[in-house]
Amino acid sequence: MTRYIIRRLLAAIPTLLAMLTMVFVLVRLVPGDAAMAMLGDQASEASLSALRARLGLDQPIGVQYLAFLRDMLGGNFGVSMSSGRPVLEEVARVLPYTLELTAASIIIGAIFGLPLGMVAALYRNAWPDYVSRILSLTGLSFPGFVSGILMLLAFAVYLRWFPVMSIASDNIVDHLRNLALPALNLGLIMTAYITRVTRSSMLNVLGEDYIRTARAKGVPPRRLIMRHGLRNALIPVVTVVGLYFGTLIGNSVLVELVFTRPGLGKLILGALQARDYTLLQGLMVIFASFVILVNILTDLIYAVVDPRVSYS
Amino acid sequence: MTALLDIRGLTTEFRVNGRWHAAIQDVDLSLAANETLAVVGESGSGKSVTALSTLRLLPQAGARIGRGEILFEGRDLAKLSERQMAKVRGNDIAMIFQEPMTSLNPTMTVGDQIAEVLMIHRGMSHGAALNEARDLLDEVRVPDPARRVTEYPHQFSGGMRQRAMIAIALACRPKVLLADEPTTALDVTVQHQVLTLLDDLKRERGMGVIFITHNLGVVAQIADRVAVMYAGEIVETADCTRLFANPAHPYTEALLRAMPRVDRRADTLEPIPGSVPSITGRPAGCYFAPRCGYARPECGHHPVLGPISGAGGSDHQARCILRAKAEEAA
Repeated sequence: MTRYIIRRLLAAIPTLLAMLTMVFVLVRLVPGDAAMAMLGDQASEASLSALRARLGLDQPIGVQYLAFLRDMLGGNFGVSMSSGRPVLEEVARVLPYTLELTAASIIIGAIFGLPLGMVAALYRNAWPDYVSRILSLTGLSFPGFVSGILMLLAFAVYLRWFPVMSIASDNIVDHLRNLALPALNLGLIMTAYITRVTRSSMLNVLGEDYIRTARAKGVPPRRLIMRHGLRNALIPVVTVVGLYFGTLIGNSVLVELVFTRPGLGKLILGALQARDYTLLQGLMVIFASFVILVNILTDLIYAVVDPRVSYS
Repeated sequence: MTALLDIRGLTTEFRVNGRWHAAIQDVDLSLAANETLAVVGESGSGKSVTALSTLRLLPQAGARIGRGEILFEGRDLAKLSERQMAKVRGNDIAMIFQEPMTSLNPTMTVGDQIAEVLMIHRGMSHGAALNEARDLLDEVRVPDPARRVTEYPHQFSGGMRQRAMIAIALACRPKVLLADEPTTALDVTVQHQVLTLLDDLKRERGMGVIFITHNLGVVAQIADRVAVMYAGEIVETADCTRLFANPAHPYTEALLRAMPRVDRRADTLEPIPGSVPSITGRPAGCYFAPRCGYARPECGHHPVLGPISGAGGSDHQARCILRAKAEEAA
């Protein structure tokens, strides 16, 4: 197992380097440069070149690249051009909100999606299956921001169960009330995904020879479904949740806007509008590193769920 | 000899395009303790369906037992609820399968898979069941059982997996073992080891074994009695030695001629022309008639399984009008 973990970590290094290189190239492909973005169109050539020298933009591209790698790997993301605060500080302020939202929506997805998918598989082509398939199709085809606005209208504007805008609060009840609607919004999409994958994966597993073996052993139905069925059906579900994590953070950008909630999404949008190069660059690197980290975690969960993985 | 398992008139139907068709019909089999009954036939003859029906393991959607009784120690298994049936499976009657590579759960240790059956039927604790599992692995001659018990199926070879399957099946000391082509997927040398193991275990425990195979060589090695199946019916039953010496049904004869033997030249092998009719396309009259070299107009009537004349006090039975007639005339 230790060897497997080390192998996964080593395999992440090239991915990390490729990602950093892409960020470096992308930032330099954008028309205009950081100095121009900071000083505006009217700035004099002299002040532009002075700033470029200060930012190191007058150096040869290779030198810039190495300096960039050194800074990023050292966790030195620089200072936000628009706010003047360190990028890391800006991110650290909002990251918990996004992580909390993402985690909550995955938990909601698992709580509803796993049972729905299992019931659909066990009652294949009967009414529970149809209901669950219609529900998951609806969840998948609705864009998150549309269902978000509808949920706001229903539960916040008319029913007034939840606040329309999220205002930061130390009170745990208020905090959860703020989280509820956005988490439910993303959670329903996650539920739809998990339902579909669980259904098809469970159907596959139930047709396996070892399920017949378990029945021939006299394993009672409940244990047959949970221990022999679900345990094996979970493997593809873990993959999908891991892969979807990146998309989920991306989706949270829109959801955070709809629900006026602080988070990475709003920070990214602000950085784009302000042409805040350093913040944007830092955000891209941190965001992508997260996705890589989640992929490693997924691989590790894999090894726990499926004993065949860590030995190969 | 009183029968341990007595199957009477068993008919299992499959749903094909919305209609029920009999996959096996009017199957009569009886098995005594310490007896090995071989069920032989080509692919599609209904051997596996017979075994799966006995333990009621066919998928509930799309398959049903239409008629017949499955009497185990006098109790009709066909009438039991699913819950009562679960108590019989693995406990009184156990089964092993053809594909050892896919028949074990990949995410459970082999030890836990053996222990599970003891925990369910014997109410043993996990620890005690694991100890017993180790002893069982030793009994089925898996080397280094203390280590093997903690390993996963993918760390086992095909032959070792089949031994593990046998350990699972025998854990609760069942009275009947259904073995569905358990050696077909194995190398010939491993095949022989597993057959010997099964035979030894049967003797030690006095089990009744129904052994399903298409391999007549295997039948000759292990069987006491043989039932030959064709297109979902039993077409001949007899003592093993009698069947090989005096096959009565033309299908059995053809099977024997199609069997490679070291004491005959390979070019005398005669394959049986055609193939087993599908369950939706069985001919009227004798099912074997279209492939039979002896077929006559009388074969248009569906024959019954009955004693052949000249059986000489044995329970040799066949399902063939002509053979019975011919022997009566003689």
